[in-house]
Parts: sequence; structure tokens; C-alpha cells
Amino acid sequence: MISGRCAACRYLRRRCPSDCIFAPYFPPNNPQRFASVHRIYGASNVARMLQQLPPDLRAQAADTLYYEAECRVENPVYGCVGVLSRLHEQIEEAESELAKTRANIVLNSDVGQQSQVQQIDDEVEDNSSLLQAQTIVGQTQFGSSF
Amino acid sequence: MAGGNGTSPCASCKLLRRRCAQDCIFAPYFPSDDPHKFAIVHKVFGASNVSKMLQELPVHQRTDAVSSLVYEANARVRDPVYGCVGAISCLQNQVSELQMQLAVAQAEILCIQMQQESTVLPSQPIDSCIDNERTYFLNNSLPQYLNFPSSSSSNVIHDSLKMEGIFGHDMVS
Repeated sequence: MISGRCAACRYLRRRCPSDCIFAPYFPPNNPQRFASVHRIYGASNVARMLQQLPPDLRAQAADTLYYEAECRVENPVYGCVGVLSRLHEQIEEAESELAKTRANIVLNSDVGQQSQVQQIDDEVEDNSSLLQAQTIVGQTQFGSSF
Repeated sequence: MAGGNGTSPCASCKLLRRRCAQDCIFAPYFPSDDPHKFAIVHKVFGASNVSKMLQELPVHQRTDAVSSLVYEANARVRDPVYGCVGAISCLQNQVSELQMQLAVAQAEILCIQMQQESTVLPSQPIDSCIDNERTYFLNNSLPQYLNFPSSSSSNVIHDSLKMEGIFGHDMVS
């Protein structure tokens, strides 16, 4: 039935058989999907690749072929290898930033501990001065009493 | 079957069993001493598609284009279901994980600084600060229809780490 042709058979201007290898993965409502895949891989290569796979994996394969084809159309020089390269760069940047941030954490923690130690020292010093002052006052008072 | 000027035909023309013209579009990129390179590209993309793609590019970009096509073809042969996309998914997961760790670390610094500045207020445990920042960065540029386990990408990842060797320069403009 002509009206029931999949996107691939419409594009290829042929009858769409009941066991068409493309039909489940290239529905007629998305003609651009097959056009993209056909442009990069060619219909016979796509058909062969799908036929070599078990039926339960063909949908995923068709999706990834479409994704790679789109990447290649968008970037004719590098295709999805450009995406891989950019991801590697992002990972390097994120790792570098993370290392710097963690170093800052250690630094800030050390500074925090040092300031806590300084605070304790200051308190001890204050108490010591107070004790000395009280002692002097006490001695003065006792001294005067003799 | 010699080339136009008597030299050996390129790998493409050898495989396609045709005369290798002097202006053969494949000859500069598929030398006769590496037949596998063209064979794999032809298997996945087809000679006529590769020829069309190269013709649409300026000459100075064709070497990199061939390298990336060879890379993708190898990935697809090794993983007929996911090709390069498995490696992309895996790397995107790594990026998301690193971004999350970075957010946690930045929150931790903020908490430490808050504790140091605040000597009057009771100190807030650092862990509770970090828990509030545990947001996931799902910056996944893969379309929603691509949903697959990352374990399938193990073979392709190793190749992805050799990209600098393939291209020999910073390829992303």
C-alpha cells in the first residue's frame, strides 16, 4: 500500500514490503531522519548493518546511526569525534578546577585550625595576666596587713 | 593496474579495482600500504559517500575528515549497535560526576569560610552544608531517545584516548 510506505521507501521511491528492514525505525512522519542517515551511510549500508544485528538491537543501532549522521552533517570535518574531543577538554578542565578547589579546602582548613589555636593561646594569656594581677593585688593587701 | 603516472594505485582504487587517476580524490589519504584504512571506511560509509564528503570540503580539511571517518568506522565495526555514541555517553557521565564533585567541594569551602567568619554563632556541621548542595548536573546533550548502558563503550573509550595520536594537534576549533 503506497500510503503506508516508511520514510526510507518514500525517499527511495519504491514499494515498502511488509518485511521492510527500515520500516520499524524510519517512520513516515520523520522523513529527515532517513534522509540524514542515507546521506552519510547510504541505504544499502544501513540495511546491511541493521540486518546483521538481532532484531532487539536494531532500534538502538538506528538511533545511534542517526545521531552520528547528524553530528557529521553539522560538523563535516570531525563529526561526533568533535563531540568526543570537546568532552575530553571539559573533563580536563573540571578535574583541574576540582584539584584547585580541594587544595583550597585544605588551605582554609589549616588556616581555620591555626586561628582556633591562636584564640586558645590568647585566652590562656588573658587568664594568666588576670591571675598575676590578682596575685599582685593579694600580695599588696597581705603585705599591708603585716 | 597502475596509477595514472605509473605509480602504484591507492588503497581505494585497489579495493575498487579501478584505474587510479592522477587526481584521484582518495589517493592522498588512503595510501596503498594501508589497505585496511580504506576497507573499513568503505564498509561503513561506502566509497561514493566518502568521495562526496571529501569533495564538499576544502583540501586543507580533508586529512582530518578522513581521520575522523576512519575513527568512527572503527568504532562502528567494533560496536555495531552504539558506535562512537557509547564513548560519548560515558564521557558525559564523567563530566556530570566531576561537576557534582566540584559543586560539593565549592560548598565545603563556603561552609569553612562561614565558620571562620562566624565566631559568635554556633558552628554548623560541614556535612549539612554539603548535603544541601548535592544537586546533579545532568547536562546530557544526547537526545532522549538514546538510552543505553555505558558498559558498552569500554572498547571505544580506549580509542577515544588516542585521538591526539590520530590527529596530532588540537582539532577542536
